[in-house]
Amino acid sequence: MSDTQTLDRAAQAMSLVDYRDTANLKQLPTRNGFGEGLLEAARANRNVIGICADLSESTRFEALKNALPEQYLEIGVAEQMLVAMAGGLAAVGKIPWIASYAMFNPGRSWEQVRTIMALNETNVKIAGAHAGVSVGPDGATHQAIEDIAIMRVIPHMFVVVPCDSVQTKKATLALSQTFGPTYLRFAREKSAIVTSEATPFEIGKAQVFREGSDVAIVACGILVYNALMAADKLSRERGIECRVVNNHTVKPMDEAAILDAAKTCGAVVTVEEHQIHGGMGSRVAEILAAKHPTPIEFIGVDDRFGQSGDPVELIEHYGMGSTAIEAAVLRAHARKRA
Amino acid sequence: MQTLTPQRLRELDLKATDVREGIIRALLAAGSGHSAGSLDMADIFTALYGHVMRHRPEEPNWPQRDRLLLSCGHIAPVRYSAMANFGYFPVDELLTLRKFGTRLQGHPERVSLPSVETTSGPLGEGLAQGVGMAQAAKMDGADFRVYVVTSDAEHQCGLHWEAMMTAAKFKLDNLLCIVDRNFIQIDGSTEEIMPLEPLADKYRAFNWEVFECDGHDIAAFVATVERAHAAKGKPQVVIAKTIPGKGVSYMEGDYTWHGKPPNAEQAKTALAELAATRERILAHV
Repeated sequence: MSDTQTLDRAAQAMSLVDYRDTANLKQLPTRNGFGEGLLEAARANRNVIGICADLSESTRFEALKNALPEQYLEIGVAEQMLVAMAGGLAAVGKIPWIASYAMFNPGRSWEQVRTIMALNETNVKIAGAHAGVSVGPDGATHQAIEDIAIMRVIPHMFVVVPCDSVQTKKATLALSQTFGPTYLRFAREKSAIVTSEATPFEIGKAQVFREGSDVAIVACGILVYNALMAADKLSRERGIECRVVNNHTVKPMDEAAILDAAKTCGAVVTVEEHQIHGGMGSRVAEILAAKHPTPIEFIGVDDRFGQSGDPVELIEHYGMGSTAIEAAVLRAHARKRA
Repeated sequence: MQTLTPQRLRELDLKATDVREGIIRALLAAGSGHSAGSLDMADIFTALYGHVMRHRPEEPNWPQRDRLLLSCGHIAPVRYSAMANFGYFPVDELLTLRKFGTRLQGHPERVSLPSVETTSGPLGEGLAQGVGMAQAAKMDGADFRVYVVTSDAEHQCGLHWEAMMTAAKFKLDNLLCIVDRNFIQIDGSTEEIMPLEPLADKYRAFNWEVFECDGHDIAAFVATVERAHAAKGKPQVVIAKTIPGKGVSYMEGDYTWHGKPPNAEQAKTALAELAATRERILAHV
């Protein structure tokens, strides 16, 4: 496909790789970007430290642990301790990144997150690993699909869900340099890398990855790739042109970008690997209901728990594959004309 | 720490009475709040601010200050009253306790009043944050100490024990935990609701240095803290035996005063008793 048509102007402006070239598309887990970004941030500032709750390999803390052991603490399986101790370290000027599976941190530690990180305004950074049903075989207990909801409801919190491993590295670096309680969410499985080193990244600034004026697809996380693939297919097969927005910062959300997408396209589809209730799409709906009522279709898990399975199989089963996104775009498009 | 002379001790005993008066006045003005624990920690807070800690009321953010965390945030009145009586803010400000717009929130909030060091109230979380501060001091080669005041009942929270393990792992000998061992909680006796004994043995089993003392004897408390400071390579705990409501006869030992303030008549009685206490201290030369 890539040899028949160049990427659209928005994708070029964002220096995206040709995501349609599936044969040559690189795949890496988003968590790899966290490991690389943290090491770089810790090398640049000795106050940047990592605190681990017995998951150094899974969370990709290993790079820091091996290279800068004096900036790395291991505290065992104790996620409430992770948050509270980090709060104390931050009070004396450290910039602690704490990481576990998202289900346990912030899942288990939510009250500490609210009180010690947010109400207390400390510079603690949570890296939530293994978010989404794409965790796969581990099953529902380990698949965090409520974490965006419980974090975006907390005042002062940054909530960032990057789209691939390259962007996760940039997000880790940017958040390390930005004061404030933070939640960075990433996934377990390898996923398509659609951005390049040259792609810009700014906290709180959504990115238009594809231009179009029929329907806006507002996506975050690894499903941005599915959104791009759905948009490409709809363009080729039905002549429907979608704007695809990489809405990586769930909080504070880029309201101007959301409103512009809604005003330009007149219909919106939100896409996230999370419960529909309370997630990124819910925030989009809050913004649009208040400022520019627009038909919205929501892609996400619809009030269910996950289960064991192959990641791709689970994404399909819970209605988050590119075919499901295409169908949602058609529904949104029809509502727009109705 | 300097030597505690008899004269200085008498000044501190008087100061503790001032702190108790401040607590009563603040609680009366607020119309809600926690009397028993606030009163029973007045002697220890007076000792900490008046003798034990390195701090500068005129420069609350002095980087070298010792850190004092109040884990059981509900006894905030004793901390506020001690801070006011040691020059952090005017004593009159105590009357704004729990009122709209005040810096003296019902439970301490660092963003409103930075010198409380951390926001607290949800129980069992203070020691864990103290561990973080003490570890940061170790990493930076800073020589300040971290003091964490805890209630006995908050030892029923799991996080506190995670913090105990972590403090021992990192050999935080710059960390001192103080337990307000008054044996009461909202619903009654700690030993009936969820037994904590043998508390000292539990700390020992977690590789802490353990000390016990009378929480109303300032000289004994100061001496105990001095011995605790000598410990190397281990965090220390002082289990301070206290009488809930100490200093106000009708509150002493009665758990129902855990979470309520005196009314106007009761406050009058309390202040009269405290005035008599002051007279006794002054008469005792």
